[in-house]
Amino acid sequence: MIDIAELGHFALLLAFVVSIAQGTVPLVGAARGHVPSIRLADNAAVLQFVLVAIAMAALVHAYVTSDFSVLNVFENSHSKKPMLYKVTGVWGNHEGSLLLWAFMLTLFGAMVALFGRNLPETFRARVLSVQGLVGVGFLAFMVFTSNPFTRIDPAPLEGNGLNPILQDPGLAFHPPFLYAGYVGISIAFSFAVAALIEGRVPPSWARWVRPWTLAAWAMLTIGITGGSYWAYYELGWGGFWFWDPVENASLMPWLAATALLHSAIVVEKRDTLKSWTILLAIVAFSLSLLGTFLVRSGVLTSVHAFANDPTRGFFILVFLLAVTGGALALYAVRAPALKPGGLFQTVSREGALVLNNLLLATATATVLLGTLYPLILDVVGGAKVSVGPPYYNSTFMPLMVPLLVALGIGPLLPWKRGDLAGVLGRLKFVAAATALVAVLVFWLMAGGPLLSLIAFVFAFFLAGSVIVEVLERVQYRRLGLAGAVRRLFTLPRGAIGMALAHMGVAVSVFGIAAATGFSEEHLGIMKVGDTVEIAGYELTFRGVETVPGPNYTAARGRFEVAGVGIMSPETRRFQTPPMETTEAAIHPTVLGDLYVVVGEQTGPGHAVRIYWKPFVMWIWAGGLLMAAGGFFSLSDRRLRVGAPVRRAAAQPQAAE
Amino acid sequence: MRNSRFLLAAVPLAIVIALATMFYDRLGKNPSELPSALIGKPVPFFELPGLDGGKGLSSADLQRGPVTVVNVFASWCAPCRLEHPLLTALTKVPGIRLVGLSYKDKPVATKAFLAELGNPYALIGVDEPGRVAIDWGVYGVPETYLVSAEGEIMWKHVGPLTEDVIRGEMLPLAEKLLK
Repeated sequence: MIDIAELGHFALLLAFVVSIAQGTVPLVGAARGHVPSIRLADNAAVLQFVLVAIAMAALVHAYVTSDFSVLNVFENSHSKKPMLYKVTGVWGNHEGSLLLWAFMLTLFGAMVALFGRNLPETFRARVLSVQGLVGVGFLAFMVFTSNPFTRIDPAPLEGNGLNPILQDPGLAFHPPFLYAGYVGISIAFSFAVAALIEGRVPPSWARWVRPWTLAAWAMLTIGITGGSYWAYYELGWGGFWFWDPVENASLMPWLAATALLHSAIVVEKRDTLKSWTILLAIVAFSLSLLGTFLVRSGVLTSVHAFANDPTRGFFILVFLLAVTGGALALYAVRAPALKPGGLFQTVSREGALVLNNLLLATATATVLLGTLYPLILDVVGGAKVSVGPPYYNSTFMPLMVPLLVALGIGPLLPWKRGDLAGVLGRLKFVAAATALVAVLVFWLMAGGPLLSLIAFVFAFFLAGSVIVEVLERVQYRRLGLAGAVRRLFTLPRGAIGMALAHMGVAVSVFGIAAATGFSEEHLGIMKVGDTVEIAGYELTFRGVETVPGPNYTAARGRFEVAGVGIMSPETRRFQTPPMETTEAAIHPTVLGDLYVVVGEQTGPGHAVRIYWKPFVMWIWAGGLLMAAGGFFSLSDRRLRVGAPVRRAAAQPQAAE
Repeated sequence: MRNSRFLLAAVPLAIVIALATMFYDRLGKNPSELPSALIGKPVPFFELPGLDGGKGLSSADLQRGPVTVVNVFASWCAPCRLEHPLLTALTKVPGIRLVGLSYKDKPVATKAFLAELGNPYALIGVDEPGRVAIDWGVYGVPETYLVSAEGEIMWKHVGPLTEDVIRGEMLPLAEKLLK
């Protein structure tokens, strides 16, 4: 009988061997013009994916059948765990999540091999080869330090169970999307390195790299949005962003990828900013690797940290240095020789995009500094510090204000040279309305947090500008409502995607400002029959009952809320491992969430936390809008696989 | 001109190398470890009453006599309950004295706590206002110090003790002090 876990282990080892071939042979072949070596890249990429997929399937099988002879399954699973968490538990630990990383990495590689037929063959071989080298690092890391198929003999009868906080549907979608995003950026990285090897960056390069970046960015957006929502309902105090090092580790690549998306447009349309765009692609992926390093090496304290193992940390550090250092060394040699592109005036679409890039890059650097500052200070022998919201409120947030303004004005500017006065003229209604809103906001909410009030005003301005931009595009004034709607359907998908994504930013900013600046809370002990009023809701506490769950017992509170019904927050007590989780009861509405958490018995009553979080759903709705915008752009004909190159060859795209 | 562009293009590489060096330095070190400025210094001067208002614990007690483990605890602190069995086991180690510093706690509550779990402490000082704990640099309960026979603070642990910490850090150091 063939043992499935051994089969998976074998597939993983084979994948490692294939990745070495993929990482070297086509690279040499491309340099020498040896066609069979170049052609090897496609097949190797697909084969590597198939092998890693087999390994992944084998590990899932081991989890589903509770095969405790596999150490990883024993440590992280339990036979009584619900099926969903047996499957998702596969990536709820260090080794399994690495396998998911490798799975995504090879999936993207195989997609380039299968759908990237429009790329020149030599260039595609180089891209896949670089992708293969990244794969070598990850697979070697797994095979030599973090093997998910390590055996334990004799096999225990029962597993240790999964961390209860991870026993949540959130685990099913948060890591896969996040990793798809991180790893998707590796494609942009491979494209950048391949271009550096070739020593030239044609405008078509940007058109090739943009769809991959767009897809990765959209998935990263969903991953971060989902993670934030998960933290909100699971951790029990209604926060949605904690400036935790690991959250920052996902935010930094996101900011860099956002900058990359925008600068790639400039490369494509105007054949300039090349060197910068290449650098961004390298930096964006390096930041995702940095995140991996921070989570798994134990150099920083974080709620997300996996096992703290210096050996593993050393391995990733060497890997990080090889990937980032290698690419940047190549950059240092090749970038100065890249031909500078066309000139443009400060006030122009390009100018606005450069401003956007500067702000996003500064924001990324700010987050990086905040994340690493405790470490830097420790190394130079200073004090122990932790960096929290006050730092980010006074550094990151102010950068967002000019970004929102540029976001509103930029899309209205023409390429090459713009006319700021003219644009402001087109925005005069929005500007006037914003001024009015500003007066209203500061008058009605005087005394509210300044940052929130400013954010309201600029979110309003941005939303208004987006609407004006769309109305102009559909020529609402000339065609009237019916004509405009008809025109809306003929607009390039990219334009609609942009409007959606920018509107998403406005929506999120509004939600963040409202939820952080104007939430209400009631913390205290409630006895049965007590009533609390918050934000117009009346909650009456009806006691706590004990309810058995599949692998836990829950203390379930009952709150009668006038006009809403019963709200039942729970505290779940797990046996394996012994731990408690809080399940908040949330009554979500468009205007805000009522959020109730019940704690332990304290004297005659129960510790209860009740929050009113105004417009909090808007934060994640905005995130989803941004991701939707990304996917919409992705479906644009301009980027559709196969079509662009031939069209581009026939007629160079006119600047819009 | 060409030279300066090359230098500019090499800046990211330099940053990455600097960061990597820093990471290398931090590998294997525990980021949540809180150093104490008092290590190697004599214990601060203090005199605390006992649970019944009589003589409790003072710096003089620590300056003469055996190697002493000073445990800062409170009845309201849940992790203190967790480490309590380990403290009880610690009293069986020959040559080491265990004393307690009851931190921001009412003597009645402390007594009930000890009645429930047993009293492993040879001496207890009651620091109800928490003033002495400030001199000791206490971050929060529980915290444990190792004091030499001469009254020098040799080691400190923040948070509940674990078997690993006792076996791996505290006892080897205590053995050296006993020699």
